[in-house]
Amino acid sequence: MMKKLLALAIGLMLAAGLSACGQTDEKLYVYNWGEYLSDGVYGDRDNLAAFEEYYEEITGRSIKVYYTTYPSNEDMYAKVSSGTSIYDVIFPSDYMVERLIAEDLLLPINIEEVCDELGAECYYDTVTEDFRGLYYDPEDKYSVPYTYGRVGIIYNTTMVDEEDCTGWEILWNDKYAGKILQFNNARDAFSTVQYMLGIDVNTTDPADWELVYDKMLEQKEIIQSYVMDEIYNKMESGEAAVAAYYAGDYFTMLEVNEDLGFFYPEETNIFVDCMCIPKGSGNPKAAAMFINYMLKDEAAIPNAECLFYASPHECVYTDEDYIEEMGEEVMEVLYPEDFNFREQLNKYAFRNLDPETAELVNGLWEELKIEGGLPDSIYMTAGILAALIAAAVIGILVRNRRRAKWY
Amino acid sequence: MKKLSKLYLAIVFIFLYSPIVVMILISFNAGESTAHMTGLSLRWYRQMLSDDITLNAFRNTLVLSSVSALVSTLLGTLASVGISRIRKRRIRNAVKNVTNLPMVNPDIVTGISLMLLFVFTAQALGRESALGFGSLLIAHITFSLPYVIMSVLPKINQLDRSVPEAAMDLGCTPMQSFFKVELPFISPGIVTGLIMAFTLSFDDFVISNFTSGASFETLTIHIYAMIKKSVKPGIYALSTLIFIVVMTLILVYNLLSSRDRRER
Amino acid sequence: MSNRRNLAAYPHIVWSALFIVAPMLFVLYYTFTDGAGDPTLENITRIGTSNYLLIFLNSLCMALIATVICLVIAYPLAYIFSRMRADTQSIMMVLIMLPLWMNFLITTYSWMTLLEDTGIINTLLGYIGIGPLHMINTPGAVITGMVFCFLPYMVMPIYSVMAGIDPRIIEAAKDLGCSDRDVLFRVVMPMSISGVISGITMVFVPSISTFYISQKLGGGTFQLIGDTIESYFTGTAINFHFGAALSMVLMIMILISMGVMNRFGDENEERGLLK
Repeated sequence: MMKKLLALAIGLMLAAGLSACGQTDEKLYVYNWGEYLSDGVYGDRDNLAAFEEYYEEITGRSIKVYYTTYPSNEDMYAKVSSGTSIYDVIFPSDYMVERLIAEDLLLPINIEEVCDELGAECYYDTVTEDFRGLYYDPEDKYSVPYTYGRVGIIYNTTMVDEEDCTGWEILWNDKYAGKILQFNNARDAFSTVQYMLGIDVNTTDPADWELVYDKMLEQKEIIQSYVMDEIYNKMESGEAAVAAYYAGDYFTMLEVNEDLGFFYPEETNIFVDCMCIPKGSGNPKAAAMFINYMLKDEAAIPNAECLFYASPHECVYTDEDYIEEMGEEVMEVLYPEDFNFREQLNKYAFRNLDPETAELVNGLWEELKIEGGLPDSIYMTAGILAALIAAAVIGILVRNRRRAKWY
Repeated sequence: MKKLSKLYLAIVFIFLYSPIVVMILISFNAGESTAHMTGLSLRWYRQMLSDDITLNAFRNTLVLSSVSALVSTLLGTLASVGISRIRKRRIRNAVKNVTNLPMVNPDIVTGISLMLLFVFTAQALGRESALGFGSLLIAHITFSLPYVIMSVLPKINQLDRSVPEAAMDLGCTPMQSFFKVELPFISPGIVTGLIMAFTLSFDDFVISNFTSGASFETLTIHIYAMIKKSVKPGIYALSTLIFIVVMTLILVYNLLSSRDRRER
Repeated sequence: MSNRRNLAAYPHIVWSALFIVAPMLFVLYYTFTDGAGDPTLENITRIGTSNYLLIFLNSLCMALIATVICLVIAYPLAYIFSRMRADTQSIMMVLIMLPLWMNFLITTYSWMTLLEDTGIINTLLGYIGIGPLHMINTPGAVITGMVFCFLPYMVMPIYSVMAGIDPRIIEAAKDLGCSDRDVLFRVVMPMSISGVISGITMVFVPSISTFYISQKLGGGTFQLIGDTIESYFTGTAINFHFGAALSMVLMIMILISMGVMNRFGDENEERGLLK
């Protein structure tokens, strides 16, 4: 009886799984950040399904998009560079594009040629002049910008005095000790010091990095925690008062907690996330078409709306519905007037660090984490427990031996 | 004493179930947050049912865990039968120690070592795609195997050797004796092993993270990737549904099996 | 017959050779080579000369405390279970196993919500006038998370050994004049050591190498070995070779401690994980 039930349950599960595997003419493997595309989940538009239709319309061939996700550039790099998986489209940030190009891991996109060949309309023109020929890919051969943004400071207006909101110093203000959040990755965290002190974020001078480290150590005393995604919970619930994060995400938090405020420090990080085709792609033409489709207004606008990041595509930020949907405040933060994007990017964006500097940075980050270590009580408890265990073990062994003699 | 132990049980269960209660509560949140309740609604359940990517990841997880649980149970049962019959103690212990390695090895080491193997094999064979369903399946079977063997082997050892011998004396072929006499005796161990294997691979994150590829994403990897953007209560809704389904299944199973036992 | 029967182990032996032994050889290979594939000892010496020893020590301390707490909670629990009616026993075990089916990424998130300064526990405490206790972002919070995640793995083997103890033995002990306490200390405890040892293995190993829990509940303010290894495979300074060396040292450390444990314990093959 039980066995039959079990067999039935397993059979059902397998059937459910296998039935999902339909046959299509082509496959496309897309590897993106988590929650980084309008996928129909929140009642918005399902851009993946829409692309499948679009592709079939143009080529007459059916395609299935396999969509997987990663949490950081480095996670993605580990998978792509080890050559263990074929991906067709990836979404690296600027410095990572630079690195991938340098290591010869990307294919040229040739978006125009592919469109011509397949007889599709090319939407590349929507990429604004400002976003062409950027430092990481001067000829625009390997990358197409997808989204961009800057880091700003988010604070809880009920806990923070407006007059303290002057710049990065607020993250070192001991008035808010225990209520400050810092990035939980080396590059972003260290950059907050570098922007504050006016040090180049891509410096190769070890002395500069040491200086940064000292400042970070000073901050560690008053910090609540190093966070990534936890920031949403902690800012939304009022657990923390002030944190640095990406501008677009501020609005996601604002929807939950109306008390939050935001400002840009004078110097701050700027990033561009791009679409690229990694080497080894099994279907570079379909990949180029995917990238092309992401530039079409009907796909690009929902993407920008669900991401809340700024879009480098003209068809998006000039669209009236989009502007209305975002609202004045959002537009002001995402697309500030007289903002010279290219100049800012060249000055403040992360570049790929040479291996020695990367190692140094990583080492300092580890040291920062270790510094202070665990409270002594932990060591003491562990020591006492270890001693007790040792005593028990020896006691039992001795007793057993004595018994063994008896019998 | 009775009261004390009841109190103790209550405390332990509160500890074990409080995060699950939190999860269930938040799954009914009307707002976007996983930290702050702004009202009750079913919106996240509706949203979850239309979330193809997450549902697909969930289905992948189910397929992967069932296949890996089945294969590892089969392999593990066979192995237990074989191991119990290895006469030389030294060889038997060597096999057993190697088998237990994935269990005493930290997940992260198992995952990384398998990834290194897959990477190398792919490069040696000139194939570009080494990671996918196959690699995940191999990894999951590998780390489930010791748990299956650990559940089945003791049962075989408990079985009196003279019982199958008696069966054969009475005219059973060795095959018959195995299927009719031994298998029913060790089947509780097999079922335990199967359930263990399924549970482990269902909840695994670390090993999957290192051995998954472009075509196949499991639920845990999908959730982990939300690290940059926020985790939405939709995932909590899915987990709540899983919780309710599993709870019902297991309770029904238990009711049925205790009735079975009583009938016997 | 018997010769043919050990053939049944061969698929498994082949499998182990391919997917357990061979991967270990790769870890070894990566440990003793550098990026260019030349042999080197630098990865190992680097572990000995810097902060990594401290990281190892920290992880060891946390895992030790978590394991002992699990044992202290699980042992009486298993004992209570083993003395219940058979039907109740299996329901209890199901209830212990059930949390394992919940994604631990999510339950860890829930713990965050529970333990925060403005979290659920502190809010509840606030109602009865106990002022906020600071719990999140401390080692204690991380240990709580570990105990939650791994407690079932301690209960299972201990319970299965205790439930397997022949009730006649206990009766015999009582007939011979043992009190309840004597039965517990002189009969049940010595007989359950093998379960305790399996339990310790199953809790200690995952807790020493955990990385997600420490990041979420520890606030990222201290680093454990799991975090460190992970960062060398997917972090800013990717270095498979050094990551492999760290894994290797961790593995050896665990194997040694488990070897000591197993020598001390009985042959635990006679007892299963669950009844």
